Parts: sequence; structure tokens; C-alpha cells
Amino acid sequence: MFYREAGQYKSTYASDMAVFPLREDRIGIAVILAVAFVAIPFFGSDFFIASVMIPFLVFSLAAIGLNILTGYTGLISLGTAAFMGVGAYGCYKLTTLFPGVNIIVLILLSGLFSAGIGVLFGLPSLRIKGFYLAVATLAAQFFLQWCFVRVPWLFNYNASGSIEVPQRTLFDIPLTGASASPETRYFVCLGIVVTLTWFASNLVHGKLGRSWMAVRDMDIAAELMGIKLLNAKLMAFAVSSYFAGVAGAMMIFLWYGGGEAADVFSIRLSFNILFMVIIGGLGSLLGSFFGAAFLSILPTALKFGLPALGVPIGGATAEHVTFMLVGALIIIFLIAEPHGLARLWQIGKQKLRTWPFPY
Amino acid sequence: MNAEPMTMTGTPIRDTGEVLLSVEAISLRFGGVKAISDVSFDIRKGEIRAIIGPNGAGKTSMLNCINGFYQPQEGRIVFKGERRAKMRPHRAAAGGIARTFQNVALFKGMSTLDNIMTGRTLKMKKGFFWQALRHGPAMQEEIAHRRVVEDIIDFLQIEHIRKLPVGKLPYGLQKRVELGRALAMEPELLLLDEPMAGMNLEEKEDMCRFILDVNQQFGTTIALIEHDMGVVMDLSDRVVVLEYGRKIADGTPDEVKANQAVIDAYLGVAH
Amino acid sequence: MSDIATRPAPSLLASPMVRFGLILVAILLAIAIGVRLDPTNTLYAIFVDPFQQMVQAPDLLAQTVWEGLVSGVLYALIALGFVLIFKASGVFNFAQGIMVVFAALTLVGLYEKGVPAFLAVIITLGVMFALAVTIERVVLRPLVNQPDIILFMATFGITYFLIGFGEALFGGNPKQMIADQLWLPRGAIDLKILGGLVTLQKIDIAAAVIASLMILLLALFFQYTRIGRALRAVADSHKAALSVGISLNQIWVIVWFTAGIVALITGIMWGARSDVSFALEIVALKALPVLILGGFTSIPGAIVGGLIIGIGEKIGEFYWGPLVGGGIESWLAYFIALAFLLFRPQGLFGDKIIERI
Repeated sequence: MFYREAGQYKSTYASDMAVFPLREDRIGIAVILAVAFVAIPFFGSDFFIASVMIPFLVFSLAAIGLNILTGYTGLISLGTAAFMGVGAYGCYKLTTLFPGVNIIVLILLSGLFSAGIGVLFGLPSLRIKGFYLAVATLAAQFFLQWCFVRVPWLFNYNASGSIEVPQRTLFDIPLTGASASPETRYFVCLGIVVTLTWFASNLVHGKLGRSWMAVRDMDIAAELMGIKLLNAKLMAFAVSSYFAGVAGAMMIFLWYGGGEAADVFSIRLSFNILFMVIIGGLGSLLGSFFGAAFLSILPTALKFGLPALGVPIGGATAEHVTFMLVGALIIIFLIAEPHGLARLWQIGKQKLRTWPFPY
Repeated sequence: MNAEPMTMTGTPIRDTGEVLLSVEAISLRFGGVKAISDVSFDIRKGEIRAIIGPNGAGKTSMLNCINGFYQPQEGRIVFKGERRAKMRPHRAAAGGIARTFQNVALFKGMSTLDNIMTGRTLKMKKGFFWQALRHGPAMQEEIAHRRVVEDIIDFLQIEHIRKLPVGKLPYGLQKRVELGRALAMEPELLLLDEPMAGMNLEEKEDMCRFILDVNQQFGTTIALIEHDMGVVMDLSDRVVVLEYGRKIADGTPDEVKANQAVIDAYLGVAH
Repeated sequence: MSDIATRPAPSLLASPMVRFGLILVAILLAIAIGVRLDPTNTLYAIFVDPFQQMVQAPDLLAQTVWEGLVSGVLYALIALGFVLIFKASGVFNFAQGIMVVFAALTLVGLYEKGVPAFLAVIITLGVMFALAVTIERVVLRPLVNQPDIILFMATFGITYFLIGFGEALFGGNPKQMIADQLWLPRGAIDLKILGGLVTLQKIDIAAAVIASLMILLLALFFQYTRIGRALRAVADSHKAALSVGISLNQIWVIVWFTAGIVALITGIMWGARSDVSFALEIVALKALPVLILGGFTSIPGAIVGGLIIGIGEKIGEFYWGPLVGGGIESWLAYFIALAFLLFRPQGLFGDKIIERI
């Protein structure tokens, strides 16, 4: 009724190749962006912005990164958190080395460090596949996490071993540090996430994205068609780690505001992001957002929502329940729809397209 | 366009050009098993060359050698007058060799359009940053290649499945999409590994027509493996017959048909 | 043979000899350059000193190897659980680690509720059986014929569920294993050999003996019983096994239960050495490098791989760890496995990988 493609003719290949070829989709995305940029900062409480929206954005970016690697290129990674950590520590070093440069630029640059490290740990992917590759990424996870603790240069030799987030401003508005308001931090996060998502969407719809998917679906055939496997895989590692690195820098500088970072970037976080990708949908950027929303908001909702409804539930119990729920949901999703929330969304759209006369 | 009539006798009298690819005395072993032993033949520009033989004769291995997937232990392959040392498959692809596979090897998670677009990968030159922007030069390039791909889609009459994921298509269509993907590479030499396996009569006729059209319209040289003798005899200019990794006959379809070794290989011989 | 073939190696570097030679040359070069440029002799400390220490104090070396051997046995036990399930159902069971924790927690939890120790063991076995049945019904059966990766992910789900479930039931605090009540020995034997003292914990010896016994039993079970034969058939081909009337569901329950028994024994042994806590879940990840070394389907491979990893990481930590500040145990195992992979992508006991097209 409301969601129809009838009557929308595409007269150029460019319009057919657009990411959102349907007018309704474009309107939808505009509405979402308007809500994100206008409604949430104006109407959302500080708590909502700081503990729900910022984590959601950070996790979305990390999930997009992992999705590029695992969902699009078919290379499984259990080391996302470590690559995020590289971004965070890289950003910390950058802020000390170049105090004059704007923090947003530094956050974006810090992803390059994790891209480099990601390529390094991606090198074995030429020879090894599947579960075997998981070992290479686990090596990255544990080795890098060890470095975060044992290499004092990374945290500027301070006694606590933690990252100190300096106050940085843009046009005299504090962006990071204690005096930065949640709204400002939210805007920075949102800006970065929207821009990078746009890049990611461009990449996966273009030549590189097709090469990645070709490698995922049938690597031998891809090679016989002239795709250089090593290049495609390393490119996936680089782009994926870049996203993870920026997400990690955002996590420490715009969300946590500093602290003992080595424990944050643990294998648990890697798994969490992997679950976001699975629940959201492998090989779908939109799914990364769904997955991140689901898994980052669920714990908060349980922790604060249930007591509000009168269900007495302690912090620890809430955590246990979250674990059980997440575990059960993963299984349920895999059984019901191995392609995740993104596929459910597509099916829903398809239904809507033919509603109310499905035949 | 050379509208050479294909005669019903199956012996088209055609001028084929100079040698495009020659296989010289190659042998391929897997451990102790000899898949190919000392086979030589050549493929001339513009011809349709069939490779036939019983199961396990080494036909697919031969194609794998030609496009660099396997490296033969002995012998050499000369393509376009150039001797190839050890070659990675993507180099062969860049040199103009495309192929289809015995068991369809499409990218199952991608749409028909994307699958065929993948064939254009080597021809797309715009760098990473333009791709990340997807505007300006990268978009123009994408559109230019889309135009070529749409021509191929029209040619193969698969417009209706353009946006569908190939994993869900029926087998015959998958084979057609795979041919499209190979064509998108604009190859000089097209290797077809059993393009008609598992098809019904109608689909086979379509596929034959496509192969002939490709050969005549685009001038593409074709080497194909096929078990359907009727098809082989009708389509091909010359036939090479393998058995147990050795070449037992080579010549026009009529010559091969009359060859005693070939008859023995196919019908069996009393020992 | 036309469609089966070994793939040519990707490059010159693929020949193990060439690669080994290159690495050797690189090391020698590094030493040569390092000795010149490096007045403090870092390279001496890396390449010479540890070996000198080993020769000069063989008792310390023996002690280190023994400790490595014991943790290797426990890695091997966890890996064994993986192998059992992988062989029979093709599922890479990520949940094996948490099954160990869960089994141990159940045992200790029951004992704390006042159940006698050995009765608690039997009840725990019952719980593991119930778990196996539940997993088969709820997870495996609906997911049959899905790609491996989906099943792998599903075991992540099981892991998370069991973590939450276990913590909700038993609390997240570390617990003491009821070693004495299960007649496990404690104390240590001091051996005066190699010019020094080598201390062997009795519990470690018990662990090694029990692990060996269990492996022997499993091997006999696989080799000589009807169910063992069925298991091997299922491992080769699900469809073929179905076609001769083997019930896949029954087999799956059996292997998951067997893996549960292995998990319980591993849990008791591990718990007796340190304590029962969820930290073991991370340790269980080390089974992955063990499996890489030994191959995913080989029981002897799991054992040898476990020992190599266990000894390798203890020696690495003891002799080379101090050079970089210690704690390298957390990642060394993965690097050992990676180094092996570059030489033998199929693992120590695996068959050569065949690529077809």
C-alpha cells in the first residue's frame, strides 16, 4: 500500500545501481538520519545518549568492520577487540605526539595503525582457511592484548597503565575529556559512523566488494577470473581493521573517556562483536546496525528496564540473564534465520511490497 | 560477420587462423597417479576445439593446466607465441583465458548481475579511493561496464533473473550465467568444461546456439569438453580424444569418428 | 582422476626446504648483524643464554618440561573433547571449554549442597547426559545439514547460555575442587635427579595416569564396539551412515555425552590443580592451537599436539619470557601453531589438503 516500486522507472544505470533505488527507502533513510541528527540530541536524555546511543554507534562501526571481513570476505576473525585496541592506543600516541591536530582527524588516522597490524596478521590467510585462520586471529588477540599491558611505551609509561584522554576542542567546544557533553560526543560519533558507513557501502557495492564476495563464495573460481586472492583478502583485513581501529579509538576517547583499556579489548569483546554480526546478518551493513543495537541495548535494557517494571533483578543476575538470553537468541536465530535480522527485514519489506494482496 | 553455414554433416569447412595455444608434451602427476602423460595438441585462433574421452581421461586436468590452476611437471604450454613458465591462474585470466566449470562454480551469494560484473574485474582500473566515493570516475567506469554486462545479459536472454541470487536458480540457468561471467572477461580463449552436463534437450539446444554465436560473433576461440557426442560432432572444428591421460586421436570430427582407437575406447575392446 | 588433484603450491616459498633455509639464513643474518650493532648483547640473551641455562641447570629444565607435560595433558583432554565431537558430527564444538567448567561447577555445587562426593559424580554424569540430549534436540537436530560455520556459531550460543546458566546457578566465584573427597592424592614427590630437586605433584601424576587410561579406553571403545564402529561410519559420511540404518540422533547424543564425561574428568583434574572458575573458558581456547597441530580428527594428534603446546609454552615462558617482561604464555601457543601451519597447513597428522574444481 505504502511501499511500492510500481511507477518508479529507472532510466539510467546510475539510478538502478544506487544503493537505495526505491523512493520509499530513500525517504526512510532521510527520516532515520533526521532522527539521529536532530531528534535524539534534542529530546534524548543525557543518560540515553551516553549509555545507549554512543555505545550503539561504537559497536555498529566495529560490527561493520568485522562484517566486511567475515560476512563479505568469509574470513573468520576472533581478534576484533585487539584491532580496536590498536586504534585506541594508536590514537593515544597520536594525541601525545601531535597535540595541535584536531582530535577527529587523529581518531580517523588511528585506524590506519590497526589497518597495518591487521594486514600483518592477515598474511597467513593466503595459506590457511576457516578454523585455521581463527587461530591466526586469536594469536593477534592475545598477543596484542599482552602488548597493551607489557609495552609501557604504548601508554606513555604512566604508572596506572591506562589511557588518559586529554581535553580537545573544536571551535572551543570540548569534544573529548571530562567537560565534553554527551551531545557533543554523540555528534562526533554519529558523524564518523555515518561517513564511514557511506564509504563501506560504496566499497561493498563496487569492484572491491564483488571481489570480496567472490572470494567468499568460491575462492578458486575467483582466482581463475583474475582476482588476486592475496590482494583481496589483505584489502579486507585492512579495511576491516581500519573500521575496528576507529571504533576502538571512539570507544576510549568518546565513550569511556579513558581508563584501563587493556581489559576492555578482551576476547569477550571480540566474541560480542562477532555475535552482533551473526545476529544482525553476515554480509549486510544494515544487519551490523541491527546486531549492534540488539546486543548493546539488550544488557542496558535488562539492567534498567526490568527494575523499572517492578521485576526485582540485581546487577549480577541481569548479567547472567543477558548471557543466557544472548546464547539462546544466537541459537534461535541460527535455527530460524541463519541470515540474521537483516534477512528478516528484507522479508518484511517484501511482504510490505505486496501487502495487502500477496497473490 | 562470417555467416558460415554449419552443415548437418558436422564438418564445417572453415578457415581457422594461426595457432593460438599449443600444448607441447605435457605430463601431470598427482603423487603416483599420472593424470596426463605426454599430450600435445594445438588450438587455432577462431576454432571450436573439443576435448573428449571417457571419464577419468584427464580432460578437466588438461583445462586446469591450460589456465594455470595446475602446473604440469613436464612439457610446456605456449599461448599467443609466449611460453609460459609457472603461472598463477589470475595471470592466465589477465592473458585472456576464461573458463566455466564442470560443477557450476558461481558465486552463490551474489546476484546474476554481480556475478557477471565480477568478470569485468580485470578491466576495471579505478583505485580504492574512487571506489570508496562511488562518484565521478569510479561511477562512470561502473556504468560503462554495466552497459557491457547488460549486453551479455541480453545476448544470453537472462534479463528476468538479473537481480536474483544465483544460488536459487535452476541448473540450466546457472550454467548460462556462468557462461556470461566468462564472456564478460572478453576472453581470447574460452574453456568450457561440460557446458551441457545435466541439461535437457531444449536447454542443450540453447547452449549450442550460444556457443556458436560466441564463436562467430565475437570470434572467440573455444575449447570444450563434452560427453554428448552429437553436440561435439556438430559443433567442433577439430576434436582431440584422450584416454587414461594419453592422446589417442586428433582431427576433424569425421576423422575421429572413424578412428579405431576411439571406437575401442568408447565401446570397449575384447582383450 | 580428472577432478581430483593436488594443488600446486602457490609460490617458490612453498617448498618447506626453501622456507626453512630462508628462515635459517634470516636468523643467522640477524645474529651476525645484531652482534655487531648491539653492544648489550640482546641477541646473546635470546639465542645463546637460554640454552646455556638449560645445560647448566638440567633439573630446572626437567621441572619445566614436567610442568609443561602436565598442562599439555590437560590441553590434550580438552582437545580430545573437541575431536570426539568433530569426528562424529563435523561440529567444531566451541562449547567444550565451558562444558568442562560447567561439569566441575555442578560437581562442586552438588557437594556443597550436602550430596556425598561419589554420588555427586554420578549425578553430574546424569546432568551431562541431560545436557547432551538437550543439545541434540534443541540445537543439532534443527540445524542438521547447515554449513559447518553455522553449527560452529551455534556452539558459541551454547557457550554463552551455559556461562549465564552456570553463573546464575553457582555464582561467578572460583570454587575449591573436592579433590580429597574423590580420593585424589595430594602432596608432592621430590626427586633428586640431575644434580637438583625436581618436584612432582602427586595430583599431576594422577592426572597423567587417568588421562592415559581414558584415552586408552576411548580408543578401545572406538575400535571394538558396535557403537564405536557406527561412530566412525558417521564420521566418514553422514548420508552413507544413515543409509545403512545408523541413527544419527542417537550417535550424536552418545558423542556429546562422551565429550561430557571427558569434560567432567578434565574439570576435576584442572580444578584439583588450581580452582574451578570461569577463567578456564579462556584456557580452553588453547585447544584450538592443539587441534591445529594434531589435526581435527585425530585422537593421537590431540595428545601429541597438547604435549607440544604445553611443553613449548612452559619452556618459552621460563627461558624467554623474562626477556620481554613475562606473561608470554597467553599467546605463545597460538604462535607455535601458526609457525607449524606455515609448514604443514594440514597439521601433523592430517592428510594433504586436496583442492578440486
